[in-house]
Amino acid sequence: MSTAPVSKIAAGSGPVLEVRGLSIELPKGSDRGLAVSGASFTVERGEIVCLVGESGSGKSVIAQSVMGLLPKQLPVAGGTILLEGEDITHAPLSRLRQLRATRMSMVFQEPMTALNPVMSCGEQIDEVLEEHTKLSPAERRLKILETIREVRLPEPERIYASYPHQLSGGQRQRIVIAMALILDPALIIADEPTTALDVTTQAQILQLIRDLQARHGTGVLFITHDFGVVAEIAQKVAVLRLGELVEFGLRDEVLKHPRHAYTKMLIRAVPTLAPVQRAADATAPIVLEIRNLSKTYVDRGWLTKKREVRAAMEVNLEIRRGQTLGIVGESGSGKSTVARCVVRLIDPTSGEIRLSGEDIAKLSARKLRPLRRRVQIVFQDPYRSLNPRRRVGEAIIEGPINYGLSRAEAIERARKLMELVRMDPASLERYPHQFSGGQRQRICIARALAMEPELLIADEAVSALDVSVQAQVLALLEEIRGRLNLAMLFITHDLRVAAQICDQVAVMSQGRVVEYGPAAEVFLRPSHEYTRALFAAAPGRDFAFSTETH
Amino acid sequence: MAIPNPGDAGRGKIDESLSTESADVVRHESAWERARRSWSVRIGGTVLLILLFIAIAAPWLGTVDPTLFDAGSRDLTPGKEGEITTLDGEAIKHKFIMGSDSFGRDIYSRVLYGTRVSLIVGAFSAAVALLFGIVLGLMSGYVRWLDGPLMRVMDGIMAIPAILIAIALVAMFRASLLSVIIAIAIPEIPRVTRLVRSLVLTIREEPYVEAAISLGTPAWKIMGFHILPNTVAPLLVQGTYICAFGILVEAILSFLGVGLPPDIPTWGNIMSEGRSQFVSFPHNVFFPGLFLAATVLAVNILGDGLRDTLDPKMARRT
Repeated sequence: MSTAPVSKIAAGSGPVLEVRGLSIELPKGSDRGLAVSGASFTVERGEIVCLVGESGSGKSVIAQSVMGLLPKQLPVAGGTILLEGEDITHAPLSRLRQLRATRMSMVFQEPMTALNPVMSCGEQIDEVLEEHTKLSPAERRLKILETIREVRLPEPERIYASYPHQLSGGQRQRIVIAMALILDPALIIADEPTTALDVTTQAQILQLIRDLQARHGTGVLFITHDFGVVAEIAQKVAVLRLGELVEFGLRDEVLKHPRHAYTKMLIRAVPTLAPVQRAADATAPIVLEIRNLSKTYVDRGWLTKKREVRAAMEVNLEIRRGQTLGIVGESGSGKSTVARCVVRLIDPTSGEIRLSGEDIAKLSARKLRPLRRRVQIVFQDPYRSLNPRRRVGEAIIEGPINYGLSRAEAIERARKLMELVRMDPASLERYPHQFSGGQRQRICIARALAMEPELLIADEAVSALDVSVQAQVLALLEEIRGRLNLAMLFITHDLRVAAQICDQVAVMSQGRVVEYGPAAEVFLRPSHEYTRALFAAAPGRDFAFSTETH
Repeated sequence: MAIPNPGDAGRGKIDESLSTESADVVRHESAWERARRSWSVRIGGTVLLILLFIAIAAPWLGTVDPTLFDAGSRDLTPGKEGEITTLDGEAIKHKFIMGSDSFGRDIYSRVLYGTRVSLIVGAFSAAVALLFGIVLGLMSGYVRWLDGPLMRVMDGIMAIPAILIAIALVAMFRASLLSVIIAIAIPEIPRVTRLVRSLVLTIREEPYVEAAISLGTPAWKIMGFHILPNTVAPLLVQGTYICAFGILVEAILSFLGVGLPPDIPTWGNIMSEGRSQFVSFPHNVFFPGLFLAATVLAVNILGDGLRDTLDPKMARRT
């Protein structure tokens, strides 16, 4: 290609990546014509540009178009993509293959699936070198070990020989980063690289990306939906809305003085870490009292050794009517185990679960049935919480009918509830796939409320939602708790969300409650080491987002 | 559709119109619409519809009673004219489109009437296997203590070759349409049970099932209303394979002489009778064989098409 010499001249100066008026088509029959329409932005050398947007805004499509990974159904309709001055918009596959890994590389969201499970980590990095360099095996090995050291993994020799499943999520992501970095590309595209990780691991990976980028002077296009991460890492921010780039500028400008209404709305929807102070009535009756709750999973194979996993140990919690208890913790901390024990989806190993004084921990299925009504749960994944083959109405009236309400009465109640969760009662006639994630979560809340429960459990109920929708659902939950005087158990890994909604907070780590007290107390004066580490890791904790309304 | 705002709880008002989530909901096409567009489903379905028509309309398609024979019209090659004696002893002119066999019976009539047996056996053996498989699979997947004993019995049945069980079962009872159908269905039950059990084990972990448990829905309702409807697509696909297999096994049983009595026209019986004369009169075996192959192929193509369009692993997330 004649552009080859141009790229040499351009190297060392000019932007690493320049996207000009990029438009990408969507297949016919989609909800809009273009996945990306007329997006323009640049990534300078040694600069981190964050591409932010809600799900479906086209941010991943842009990443794929730069890497030349777009599926055939999404053709580039117009515009140009310049990598170090070379037009790669319609570059042939052979040229793209040369460029990938050497001039641009990608870090994916899911470190488990980005690595081949049957190849050792070292071999996988070696593949990149073997393809693109003429180094001898010994030289390659040295370089790999050096890179593994650079991404701050311990014992490079051992890591070289280990398989992906032997490493933790954070370690795997470091391997993926090492692989992306080993040929010193000018541009790294990171597509939600920390979304699948715990908050403390996320903080480490963000730090690593920032350090490496500063040392190598690499341009980074960082795709995320999390404004905390943006505040933490970005130098420039590009905001996408339904395929349109609505704002592009320096981080502080965009986050503190957003110009476009959509950016303003998004930033306003980001919950703050400062807990909402609310007078809690200390004399309200106790709805849920958990005493010394433990759950041990025993894995007893036929010929294998007995294995025990202690998911929850000696948990003590209580919730009063009209109040919200938040359980925060990282994955595997046992917070969901506690919730599932309270709903009796799993049977606790020992301890008491008192529901308005009645112990339900050991009740038989028959005796438990009349009590089930009193505790209801809303799950994390709105796409799996509703039976795809049943109408919304059927889902909501199912519970009341089980408890003896007539069909007509149940439907009447369902209509009222739809209004309570701010949905059109006509939705009862539709199937779940006709609704968006936020709407489905409202339906799930209505389904839970149809039982007129005393205790509502929200198990990561807003974690899968976009930030603007998350704010709506949180506001709805808050309103319902107040109006119906419900006790609420709110399980989340997101400290910002917990700060907004909880009166009391319990911090769990490795099956134990390490800190438990009023939200204001825990957030402002954390006493346990783990709690402090958790707060320190929250992305963008010191950043003052814009609070202006219009 | 626009949802009214859930109020502002200490936070700025959220402009719903700007949220991506308020974008129009895309209509997903239904499984049936997807299936109908598939060429495999169209081709397989059309061939099967033609066969179904032949089976139903056999008496009006220029056939004679398939049991009639005429000593004067033995071993005619396809297309020859001849005579055939009716039950009243009356000899009528008849064109033997597919020739005649060594008794002087019209192969064309026998093959067309044989379609009835094959389709009935295929459809009903699939239905019987699915029915028992669904019940056993649901029990095994949902009632945990039943799982071990039930599945070991199923393993036991699977250890015996299907055709041998079928032969043994038919030999035990008088060979009739019902006994042949049951004999073909029984070896297939374990396979359906396994499929249903594995589906139940995945679906019962879905949050919507857990939600139903917390709504106090009794176990039988959960199985019937939440789990079963979500197993329909893979079961439909499995059903077509059992149907094709059933048609083949019925032909094998008849061919071996352990199936339906020789006076009933089935493709296996026709081929079995034509076998001894295959070298001189191959048409005795050729025509029923052609129909058998076409039917099994059509059912399998239909099954492949359904699998591609209905299987949740292939389909987009709905």
